[in-house]
Formats: sequence, C-alpha cells, structure tokens
Amino acid sequence: MKKVYSRIESITGNVIAVKAEGVAYGELAEVRTRFGASLAEVIRLSDDLVSLQVFAGGRGISTGDEVRFLGHPMKVSFSDSLMGRIFDGAGEPRDKGPTLDENLITIGGPSVNPAKRIIPKEMIRTGIPMIDLFNTLVKSQKLPIFSVSGEPYNELLARIAMQAEVDIIVLGGMGLKYDDYLSFKDALESGGAMSKTIMFVHTASDPVVECLMVPDISLAVAERFALKGKNVLVLLTDMTNFSDAMKEIAITQEQVPSNRGYPGDLYSQLASRYEKAVDFEGSGSITILAVTTMPGDDVTHPVPDNTGYITEGQFYLKNGRIEPFGSLSRLKQMVNGKTRSDHRAIMDGMIKLYAAYKDTLEKKSMGFQMSAWDGKLLKYGEKFEKGMMDLSVNIPLEQALDRGWEILADCFERQETGLQTKLVDQYWPKKTA
Amino acid sequence: MTATKGRVTGVNGNMVTVRVDGPVYMNEVAYIENQGRSLKSEIIRVRGDSVQLQVFELTKGIKVDDPVSFSGELLAVELGPGLLGQIYDGLQNPLPEVAEKTGYFLEPGVYLEALPRKTRWAFTPVAKAGDVVRRSDTLGTVPEGSFTHRIMVPFNLYGDLTVKSVAKAGEYEVTDQVAELVDSEGVVHKVTMLFQWPVKRAVDCYAERLKPTEPMVTHVRLIDTFFPVAKGGTYCIPGPFGAGKTVLQQITSRHADVDIVIIAACGERAGEVVETLKEFPELLDPRTGRSLMERTIIVCNTSSMPVAAREASVYTAVTMAEYYRQMGLDVLLLADSTSRWAQAMREMSGRLEEIPGEEAFPAYLESVIASFYERAGIVRLADGSTGSVTVGGTVSPAGGNFEEPVTQATLKVVGAFHGLSRERSDARKYPAIHPLDSWSKYGGIIAHDIVSYAHGFLFRGSEVGQMMKVVGEEGTSLDDFAVYLKGELLDAVYLQQNSFDPVDAAVSPERQKRVFGLVLAVLGTAFRLKDKDEARSYFNRVRQLFIDLNGAEWNTPRFAEVESALRAAVAERSEGLEPVAARHIETLER
Repeated sequence: MKKVYSRIESITGNVIAVKAEGVAYGELAEVRTRFGASLAEVIRLSDDLVSLQVFAGGRGISTGDEVRFLGHPMKVSFSDSLMGRIFDGAGEPRDKGPTLDENLITIGGPSVNPAKRIIPKEMIRTGIPMIDLFNTLVKSQKLPIFSVSGEPYNELLARIAMQAEVDIIVLGGMGLKYDDYLSFKDALESGGAMSKTIMFVHTASDPVVECLMVPDISLAVAERFALKGKNVLVLLTDMTNFSDAMKEIAITQEQVPSNRGYPGDLYSQLASRYEKAVDFEGSGSITILAVTTMPGDDVTHPVPDNTGYITEGQFYLKNGRIEPFGSLSRLKQMVNGKTRSDHRAIMDGMIKLYAAYKDTLEKKSMGFQMSAWDGKLLKYGEKFEKGMMDLSVNIPLEQALDRGWEILADCFERQETGLQTKLVDQYWPKKTA
Repeated sequence: MTATKGRVTGVNGNMVTVRVDGPVYMNEVAYIENQGRSLKSEIIRVRGDSVQLQVFELTKGIKVDDPVSFSGELLAVELGPGLLGQIYDGLQNPLPEVAEKTGYFLEPGVYLEALPRKTRWAFTPVAKAGDVVRRSDTLGTVPEGSFTHRIMVPFNLYGDLTVKSVAKAGEYEVTDQVAELVDSEGVVHKVTMLFQWPVKRAVDCYAERLKPTEPMVTHVRLIDTFFPVAKGGTYCIPGPFGAGKTVLQQITSRHADVDIVIIAACGERAGEVVETLKEFPELLDPRTGRSLMERTIIVCNTSSMPVAAREASVYTAVTMAEYYRQMGLDVLLLADSTSRWAQAMREMSGRLEEIPGEEAFPAYLESVIASFYERAGIVRLADGSTGSVTVGGTVSPAGGNFEEPVTQATLKVVGAFHGLSRERSDARKYPAIHPLDSWSKYGGIIAHDIVSYAHGFLFRGSEVGQMMKVVGEEGTSLDDFAVYLKGELLDAVYLQQNSFDPVDAAVSPERQKRVFGLVLAVLGTAFRLKDKDEARSYFNRVRQLFIDLNGAEWNTPRFAEVESALRAAVAERSEGLEPVAARHIETLER
C-alpha cells in the first residue's frame, strides 16, 4: 500500500505541494477533500517537495487533506466496451454507465518514428462537396477548422462524425458549453453514429486541468484502435480552449509568457498532439479534425498561427460556409488524381470562375457597368454558393462532380469554362439548356 | 564515464536538477538511470554541486534520487564513411534501425551506433610511415558512393604527428585500425576510420577562409539570376505558413549544384520528411545518374520529438557538413525551420528562469544564431583544395510578421534574404519569393548591372500598378501601361517557375542566360502599339510564347522554333531597342 501524506505545504491556484519521497515525475495521486476525491498529476519535483496539479482545482482544498500517490502516470482504460460511451476529462463516466478500469493504457506516449510513416494515399469521404471535391480530407491528415465563434463548427463536426467513412470516431470536447455537449450527443444518437463513437467531454464548467487531459486521452485511445487496424477519426473541439487552459495554468505557475500570455512551448504542445495523426503501415490510421476558434477572426493570433505551421492545411469556416479561398488541404494532391478524371479540372476550374465572380461582385458594388460575361458570372456564383458551398448540401463526390458540370453548363458555353476540351467532351451534360 | 556520480534532486519539464559529488564539464553528456533505461542529457548550468541537465527524452517517470552518471564527453557525433544516405534523429540515431528495434514508436533511452559497423570499406593508403601529418590531413581514401571519402587524421589530435604505420590497401570496418600516429610526446594514437567531434565546436582545421564568390546554382531562375547564393554563403527563407518554404527547400535539395546535401528537418511536420524519405531513393541525381539519396543525409527531429534534441539537431547536421567539407566537397545544409530551433532555446531558457528578452526569447538568441550561420563558409584546405558549406535556413515568423526576433537576428548575419509572401502564394505565383523585398549580397550567374536593369521594370511596373488601382486604366498613359505590362511579363515568364513541369522545374545557367537575353529584348524595346487593348493582347501573345519556350527542352529544334517565333513577334512591332539594353544583351551573349 502506498503511503498517505496528510500535510499540504502550499496551495496556489490548482497546484498543491506536499513533502513526499519516491515520487516519479508525471505520476498520479489522489487527493481526498471534503468535496470528494480528485486526481492530481505531479508536475514538478524539487528535493522532497512535490508539486501536483489537482484536476478538480484548488478551491476548497485544506492543508490537512490526504494525498495518496498511485505509483503510475495518468492512464485510461482501453477496450471495445468504450464504444458508445461518454467520459469526462479525467476518464470518469459522464453517461451513468459503469466505470472502466481494465486494461489501462498510458496517455501521452512517445512519438511515431518518422521512418515508419508512409505517404498518405486514401481519401476520407464526408459527403460535403466543399471537402470531398475541393479540399479532400486524406486518411492520416491533421486539419484544423478555423472559425470565428458563433459559426456552426460543432454542427459541421457532428455531420462529419455521422457521415465520414471511418471505423471509429473519438470526440474530444474541451470547454464545451453544456448545451453544445447535449446537442452533439443528440445528433450522434439520432444519426445512429453513437455506437461507433467514444466521447471525452470537458464542459466549460468543469475544472480547467481536465481540459488539458482531453486531447491526450482521446489520442491515446485512438492510437490503440489504430494499432488494432481501425481507421479512427479524432474530432477535437475546441483547441483554442485547450490552449487557453494551458495559458491559465502556465501563468499561475509563474512561467514566463511568450506571446499574448501563451507559454513558450505552445507550438511543441500543440504539435505533440497533432502529430499523433498517422497511417500505420499494415494497420489502421488516425485522422485529426480540430476546431480552432480565432479570437476576433485574426489568423495571426498565436493559436491559429502556431496551428497553421503544424497542420496540413485548414478549413476556413466563415458565414456558415467553408470558404474556398482560405481553405487548403495540403494532401489533396495525393488522392484527387485517382478519383475521377475530371476531379482536378473541376476543382481548379470552378474555383477560378468563383474568384472571377467575386471580382465581378466587387465591380458591381462599386457601380460599374455589367457586361454579358459579368451577368453569366453572377448567375454562376449564386448557383455555386447554393449548390456546392451551402453546408446543407450532402452528396457523394461523384454526384458533386456531376452537379459541377450541370452548374457550368447552365451558366456558360463550353469554351468559356477554360477546361480541357477532352474533359468537356466527355462530361458536358447532354441536354444543354 | 567519469568517476563523478550524481543523484536527481528535481524535475521540471525536460530540465532535471542533479547533485554531484565531483567535477563535471559544462555541456557534458550525462545519463539518468531510470526504470532500466538511461536517458541522455546535457549539462547546461552548474551551480556549486548542483547541476542542471536538459534531457533529450520525455522525463515522465524520473524520480528524485535516481542515479546519474557522466560521460566526460561533450555532445558529439560520429564521423566516418557511411554517413551518406542515412536518416538520423537529432542525436544521430539512425531512425530505420531504431524502427527495427522498437517498432512504430520512438521509445526513450534507445541509442544506436550512427555508422554501420559491419560495412567493409575498400581502403587505399595515401600517407606513408614517417610522414608528418596534422589533423584533417589525408591518411587514405575509401570510395563512398560516387565520392572519394578521405580518411583523415582525427580533428581532435592536435599538433604535429608522425605516421608510425598505415594499413595496407584492403577492406576494413570503420572500427578497424588504419593507422598509428605518434605525437610530439611519443604517445601512440591508434586511428580508425571513425572518430567523434563535439557538435557545438566548429571544425577549424583549414588553411584559410575565403570570400564566397562562386554562385551555387539552384536551377531556380528567381534565385540564380536575381537573388543568388554563393557557395559557402548563407541565406534565409522567412515566410508565413502555406507560403511554400518547405517546397522551396525540397526543390533546392533536389537540384542544387553541390556535392552533398544535408537536410535538417528541425521541429517541422513529420509528413514532409516522409515525402523526402520515400521519394529521394527513387529520384536520380542529374549530375551523377545515381540515386539522390546517395548524396543526401537527413537529420530529422520533427515537431513531436523531444525538444532538447531539436536544439541539438541543427548542430549535428552542420558538423557532418563540415566533415565532408574537409574532403574538398561542396556541401549544402538546409535547416527547416530555424524558428523551431530558437523556440527550443526559448523553452529551455524559461525553465532555467533566465531573464527573458523580446517575445521571451533568451538574450543570447542573436549571438547563437550568428555563430550557427558563421559555420558556413568556403575554405582552402591544407592541401590547396577548397571545400564549402552553404547554409540555407527557413524561418517561420509568428503571424508572418518579419519584425519578430528570430527573423531579425537571422537577417543580420545572412548574405541573402528570400522573403516569401502570402500575397504571392495566394495568387499561386511560385516560387513565392517577393521580388521587391528580397535581396542578396552575392554575385550571381548574370552581372549585377544587367539584373538591376530588369529589376527596374519590376519596381516601376509595380508603381504603375499601384497608381492604376487609384486612377484606373483610363488615367494611365500608354507608355506607363507598357512599363506595367513589361513588369508583369518579367514576373510571369521569368520569376515564376513551374516546379511540376519536367522541363521548367530545373533551369540550367546557360538556359537562364539565353532566356534572360530574350526577356531583356522585350523589356528594352519600344513597341508600336495603338491602344491599351492592343498592348494587352500583344503582351499576352508574347507571354504565351515565353511559356511555350519554358516548356520546351533545351537545345532541341522545338526550343529553336519557339525562340525564333518569339524573336519574330518582337521584331514585328519593334520601334528600336534601347542602347543600354542592347549593350546588356551583347554582354550576355558574349
């Protein structure tokens, strides 16, 4: 039996310090307070003084409370019975189901050997044309959804969760509003995707330390499933809350802040999570989609900025649509050459015309005269926004390509599209208007 | 291992405090014994009997009182034949071998030998018994790929040494003795093909450092013609995310006209390294016809690998570069990205509770960056041959703002600045090096005054373009409009380059000169044009011809055909060539 320590030397914010021996860095302890037991993690050792970060927060902890070290780092249970379950940031059930404690695995494990990685090669279909057609999501990709607060990013995630062609969904919620959590749950349950989903949810009212655990727990579980040959999609929302939790804790620990109060290791911390996205050769894969809200729509804010340097592109959610210009999937070239022969041509061609539409729109708003060509572009832009960009559009890639041709044929003559004659001959809809 | 022993007294992130019972060296390598593993670390501060180590591994699980042993050596790399084609982590662990041992993941505490021990190398002696040699002098050679790898007197044997014996020609392993050297005190040193050198010390055994003048051809027009890099020079590529830093580095690593390329992927995405790892073995080096991997060493410490090793990785890479320079070879080191390296320093500085400088970077940031770039250079070796190390580093400035400390500290010490712009990459103008902001202090393949004549059109063209945004096309004179079109043409057909096109991806210096002469002919000609619409459609035609020319293979009938069509198109509306331009074209063709 492990020794129990009953004298807490100091309490600062969420960090307590006790005098103890034989404690390992990163080890877990249990703190018993009059509000119940909470887990705590060792974050600093200095001679016999052990600093612990208390998951439930420092509020209400007495200097006489008991601390019992568990002799192992943070772990989470891993088994097939995780499916369909909902847990909190400490790995405790949130859904009134039984606590799971068999087959515990360590979280935050070592990084994958780059020599064992493979070049990504398979697309993940989502049924959303702005993703499938224009910025294809690729297995083992890590992509953030840059969004302003107020945009329907959680609805988008829920839709992707229900429609994406993957074996398992792991959803990590950080600082979620309680009603957002409930709507996620409802959406997945009514969409029938709950049975392949595992949720780790930290809500805004939960202790901030638990927020930090969510990505690590989610990814540790995902990694195990991937090693068992499953294709796992990890959805994280919202990484800005995670970064803010990190900031809060770094500041209470009196770390020197670097940029807008964020700790200097923000990049490394984010990277060590995002880099868990991987395709294991001869086994499963992890794909990460993570919401990053941009305070004030500012892409140079430290969180989206550092994220952009880590991830392989980004989806830019604006005015309820995935913007074609700011969005980029760096890996799409690896897969969109082998879907359908017109995929790349439609992808580039339609975006170029949409850019021309935007220019025309600007000209129109400045009161310039509209030519016949401008008229065509205006018609095209409207159709494109309605038929492709609208988030409610829900069609597979092939249908989206066909619809692309229809829109083009509706608005333009064949040679006006700037597409290769060979493709136009092959795909141009027969009954031209 | 030294006799000094230590015990852990504190852990804070990747910094561990240890109490020691004897003498230690600053920057000495130490090993923390924990759960049957020994974790490599480096002494970064000494205070009385308490020393602080940065640990090159995850520190989870370390306990107070864990024993620590000290190696007595600074952090060093193994140098010898067999480095080429290897994939190392920041501490020179060969990653494929690590993968064989530990599988998918990088388990802490696994350190393998950097050079394969079992490979047999065909040694040919050069030195004879009785010769007096100094460090870096050649004792013999072995063939490594297409290079003659010099087996040198280890750089750490100082003073005059007399050769006592040299092994006969034959096959040896790297750890076999190939020579015995006697120093001035009569001590006999047994020399193998392999020796170690501390990474943070510049290799300094050369006769003199020379001024970098010869251009290092990258086969990227914008660089070679406008912002050239010299062999032995330094350059930096700052840019916001998505502007194409890594792609530019990859293109350079393929086409650069050097003997050896060392890629230091420092704190960046693992996926990008994987592309290089998987593609290079299949690509051929146009110079030698052999696999590109045979001239490449990859040092990769990607963003999720331990931070302290990230700091070491750039030094590991530059030390290997200097080693091959000592053989009279031209080496290019590409570091992607130096910002991540600087951030690693910042993290450590924060843990050490040092007083922070700007944006919490340590106060010594500038001097550390400067001394790293200063390890580049072209040198004359003792035997009269020259070798060079060229360093190109990317910088990832926060928010794409070049005013931040790492970019500014780097700009102070480099010889060329290739600033990437989001504006240009959004417009799909690649390479997205900004032609008005960037600069180079080196001479390129085309004389400076000729280039600056062309550059003038870019400046004036962009001025006219700005003006047109205000007054509209109607308010611009036809002459000004022509200058604007010329500037746009230069940008579209010469500055931009299609790296996916097999011909356009790499352009030889002769070809660059020829095409540049043609561009000059267009820039310097006054054209007979009725109005702006005619001007625009005429320039569109010229542009199309240039683009066809860029796609035509060099020295083929097709190239000649497009070239003469182009000359005809220019002559058709020419009202005479400016004398300056005529002179420049003449100089180019000479």
